[in-house]
Amino acid sequence: MVKCFVPQDMTAKAMGADQAAGFIQNAANQSGAQVELVRNGSRGLFWLEPLVEVETEAGRIGFGPVTFDKLDTTLIDALLSADQSHPLCEGLVEEIPYLKNQQRFSFVRAGLDDPLSLAFYQSTGGYVGLRNALAMSGQAIVDQVKESGLRGRGGAAFPTGIKWQTVHDVAADEGETKYIVCNADEGDSGTFADRLAMEADPYQLIEGMTIAAMAVGAEQGYIYLRSEYPEAHRILNAAISIAEQANLLGDNILDSGRRFNLEVRLGAKAYICGEETALLESLEGKRGMVRAKPPLPAIKGLFGQPTIVNNVLTLAAVPFILREGAAAYAEVGFGRSRGTLAFQLAGNIKRGGLVELGFGPSLKSLLDDFGGGTYTGRPMRAVQVGGPLGAYLPESQWDTPLDYESFAAKQAVLGHGGVVVFDDHVDMSEQARFSMEFCVAESCGKCTPCRIGSTRGVEVIDRIRANENRAANLELLEELCETMVDGSLCAMGGMTPFPVMSAVRHFPEDFAAEGSK
Amino acid sequence: MNKNAYLEGSAIPSSLTEAQWQSAVVATLASLNDKPGALLPILHEIQGQLGYVPPESIELIAKALNQSSAEIYGVISFYHQFRTTPVGAHQVEICRAESCQSMGGRALEAHAKASLGVDYHQTTSDGEVTLEPVYCLGNCACSPSIRIDDQTYARVTPEQFDALMEGLKIRSLEVQNG
Repeated sequence: MVKCFVPQDMTAKAMGADQAAGFIQNAANQSGAQVELVRNGSRGLFWLEPLVEVETEAGRIGFGPVTFDKLDTTLIDALLSADQSHPLCEGLVEEIPYLKNQQRFSFVRAGLDDPLSLAFYQSTGGYVGLRNALAMSGQAIVDQVKESGLRGRGGAAFPTGIKWQTVHDVAADEGETKYIVCNADEGDSGTFADRLAMEADPYQLIEGMTIAAMAVGAEQGYIYLRSEYPEAHRILNAAISIAEQANLLGDNILDSGRRFNLEVRLGAKAYICGEETALLESLEGKRGMVRAKPPLPAIKGLFGQPTIVNNVLTLAAVPFILREGAAAYAEVGFGRSRGTLAFQLAGNIKRGGLVELGFGPSLKSLLDDFGGGTYTGRPMRAVQVGGPLGAYLPESQWDTPLDYESFAAKQAVLGHGGVVVFDDHVDMSEQARFSMEFCVAESCGKCTPCRIGSTRGVEVIDRIRANENRAANLELLEELCETMVDGSLCAMGGMTPFPVMSAVRHFPEDFAAEGSK
Repeated sequence: MNKNAYLEGSAIPSSLTEAQWQSAVVATLASLNDKPGALLPILHEIQGQLGYVPPESIELIAKALNQSSAEIYGVISFYHQFRTTPVGAHQVEICRAESCQSMGGRALEAHAKASLGVDYHQTTSDGEVTLEPVYCLGNCACSPSIRIDDQTYARVTPEQFDALMEGLKIRSLEVQNG
């Protein structure tokens, strides 16, 4: 019997994993070979997807990328015999430097097995954290999260323990309900870590949310998932149902008498619903319009009740903290950025994928050591970090250490660690225009600077690109950006100027008169 | 047939009979309207079954949720996903976000529009394909990406795009010829 792993992750499927699985199964049926095909999650080495792994006594041998055009009988023979002389063979998967050189906390299980295998999850430390939490007071759980130094992984990096403390401390008045809401509306370009976590290791998120519920006394949780992620939707729903059957969710969790129920709610393609207050409005069945803060969602959140709103990876980090202790988490990291961040290499990059590391290495080492340069082989020119609201960094800033404070010092944002690379074909005035255009398409429309500022922003950049009163219009653009930063209700309008102004400052030649470039 | 004034002028007339949409909407409302914040799940369910949210159903939804028709329409029109007119047999979404731009996404968009002969939010004249923009499919490590119905495709070139569209046509013909 040969045990063979073919990922069911969305990117792996988009690269042809289903065809690979079908081909292997057919070949096995025809030759009579005994093959056990496991549809695992992805390891996040997306540049190697579809990465097919074969179990041997020495460990798992990987072949990739097993794309449709490379599927022939020679490859299948090599696969089923783990023949390392085949050109697509990557050797022992655990030894691939891209994987070996990472520090995996949240993604330690990603790609190892069928994501719905609860037995596998529990055999690798799963639900130890919840069992520990059930023996602790809510305050003791909150204290652990505080001591770990965990900060929100959605981008704003707010200390998680403080948020939990606020919800914990709201007196549960008669009839008042507390909620745990997972923000799984990962809408930023260049990010896929939440998706990978949900598709490859769904129980970790479910356990994290259950621990949060025990910490603050919530009985209902929602995962607000973007509808662009149908695979994650299917896997999460299946995992919730299995967890319910195993008494890990529901009315009597692990016979503790404690209750927590979880439901996945789908968004409907609105970027703004990744902003926590817009997300809450959307969950309530309304237009996803931003709410002014205060009141904080921790005090008046979903349906006006105290609510923890955390990102997928924030909640997914919690089981480790409750299992291994706060100190084990806090000892990794850099400065006030503790633990690890899941960096995501995307765009024009040779080896795109997920790289989980403690904070602190430079952006350049990430781009070179892991990314291996551009996909097109041309020189790298600009790197956008932190999503569509993050700054474009020129080469002179690529030595910046990857931690929140170092990026803030350069008027940039590390955010959720999404990294999008552009080669020298990029026209930065076009990128600046797109940032404003994106804000036009996705603004909720509640506040004037964002709603009208973005439309005016597109017009001003068009005039600059057309060389109309260039100097005056550049000055106007700067003022407009200042107004948006200072006057917008949320990050959508407040940060759209970051990519725009970074493009103007660092790549002025792309805004110069035609012919003078 | 459109009772709601703000929806008049819809380019494509409703293709469902009253009996068809009504039974789906009534059943959906019966099963979901007790959920807290039920409107989005209700709209997803109706659109999932019927392909769009029939404008005539808005009053029914409003009544069930004790809201005004304007509120329901306000929600439908806010989200990019929901629509009140029928669409093509297949939905083709092209990712417009930065990661895909860095890998030739703009050229792919232009090619798709030209070869299908439609702009975004339009349906091809044979009723096969509705073209939509999408801001990130979460497939950024292997850009550029498109999605056809529920399937995502990575590293899509203009040539591959044409081949995928050709594949859709062949599949439709096979279905028709049974």
